[in-house]
Amino acid sequence: MILMNEVYKTYANGVTALNGINIDIEQGEFVYIVGPSGAGKSTFVKLIFREEKPTNGNVIVNNMDLSDIKEKRVPYLRRNVGVVYQDFKLLSKLTVYENIAFALEVIEESPRNIRQRVMEVLEVVGLADKTKAFPDELSGGEQQRISIARAIVNNPEIVIADEPTGNLDPDTSWGIMETFEEINSKGTTIIMATHSKEIVNTMKKRVIAIEDGVIVRDEHRGEYGYEI
Amino acid sequence: MKFSTFKRHLREGLKNIFRNGWMTVASVGAVTVTLILVGAFLALMLNLNQMATKVEEDVEIDVLIDPTSDEGDITALGEKIKKLDQVDTAVFSSKDEELKKLIKSFGEEGQSWELYEQDNPLRHVYIVQAKQPKDTIKVAKKIEGFDSVEEVIYGKDVVKRLFEFNKYARNIGLALIAGLVFTAIFLISNTIKITIMARSKEIGIMKLVGATNGFIRWPFFIEGMFLGILGSIIPITFILTGYYYIDHNVQDKITYHFVDILPFYPFAWQLSLIILLIGTVIGIWGSVMSVRKFLKV
Repeated sequence: MILMNEVYKTYANGVTALNGINIDIEQGEFVYIVGPSGAGKSTFVKLIFREEKPTNGNVIVNNMDLSDIKEKRVPYLRRNVGVVYQDFKLLSKLTVYENIAFALEVIEESPRNIRQRVMEVLEVVGLADKTKAFPDELSGGEQQRISIARAIVNNPEIVIADEPTGNLDPDTSWGIMETFEEINSKGTTIIMATHSKEIVNTMKKRVIAIEDGVIVRDEHRGEYGYEI
Repeated sequence: MKFSTFKRHLREGLKNIFRNGWMTVASVGAVTVTLILVGAFLALMLNLNQMATKVEEDVEIDVLIDPTSDEGDITALGEKIKKLDQVDTAVFSSKDEELKKLIKSFGEEGQSWELYEQDNPLRHVYIVQAKQPKDTIKVAKKIEGFDSVEEVIYGKDVVKRLFEFNKYARNIGLALIAGLVFTAIFLISNTIKITIMARSKEIGIMKLVGATNGFIRWPFFIEGMFLGILGSIIPITFILTGYYYIDHNVQDKITYHFVDILPFYPFAWQLSLIILLIGTVIGIWGSVMSVRKFLKV
């Protein structure tokens, strides 16, 4: 599913973010990526949807080698990878419905299918009654659910979340985690970079710890392992 | 592309024109100013070109025949001239015909010349036209060397200068137009760039959810096209009304034959079409150029 082989990443400004990463993530896994700030978590995550290219080594996602994928193919790769951000990245001028439909419009889905799929994912995230609301009218947790809905609306095989609960209070965070759990239960691979010790230690999943650009720990049903 | 997608691009492109308000006005203004200048230049250049071509075509060589030569000499000279490769026509005109032409060209005042009908001081001539106007000088030089030729008149320097002037005028005109068009493209791409800054988040999300670059570019393409078309409206109105005025009023006051301007129909319409095309290209190019940077995410 996701395979990294001796991956190095040095940015143009000379900062080395990843220093030889080897990893194998199977379809349907739920993986936490943990580690101190600046350890390379974000870079690791960005490699999977080709927001960054590795300096060295291979990143293989869905049998596609992203290290030498053609620029033209990138959009098609991304249709298989949903991304959720800490700051939601919703378009404030569009309604909830339009924000989600947007993801299907750009991949030229037929209008009838769009309607159906949008309502389906809004059911999944439990916001079917908010279609006409604008993002600013919703709470942080609700906005994050909309962004999750957008990430999963085209049925991607992988969902990547970069600190999805970073801006949310604990109660809301649990709601979000339940949503992820539900998506994962349907077979979608979930990769989540997080700083939340509580979440990692309570909802036990595979934990990959990255420090100084290398994997220092990789445990199934692992612990967060850092003191805050 | 699906029809529903095309409708979406059209909708988005048009929406952006209104959404960008003053920036749209600024872009359209830049196109308008450029096109007015380009239009005026083109009208001037094409007319000059037309006149020049006409003058060039009208350049003839008058071969004055030595009055001592007899009919046989004259025919022989005619044959010789016609045999030259570069010569198109060589028409004989007797001195009586020449005098009549002269009298006619002076109109009313020409009557005083009728006195000369008794004792015509003019010469028989061959009016020679070269196949290529630019060969005129060469042909004239050759004829000068023939027997029975008294003088060859062709306005040496005028012809030479005319050809050179035409060449420069065309090149300078083209360079100016190219310069103006590039300035406009630059201005538009900058104005649109400012509006795209505001939309960069939207573009980022589009890329994130798997939109192709082509898909993202389309609305900008349409927006640019409309900016170009909007920018052409005022220049085209200018051209049509302005040229109509010149054609109908000024033309009558100019009596010299050789400054016949190109007729309003079809010239003004053709020019309008060219302006519309240039405007559209400027708009599209400027717009698409400014998105390029934002697509490298």
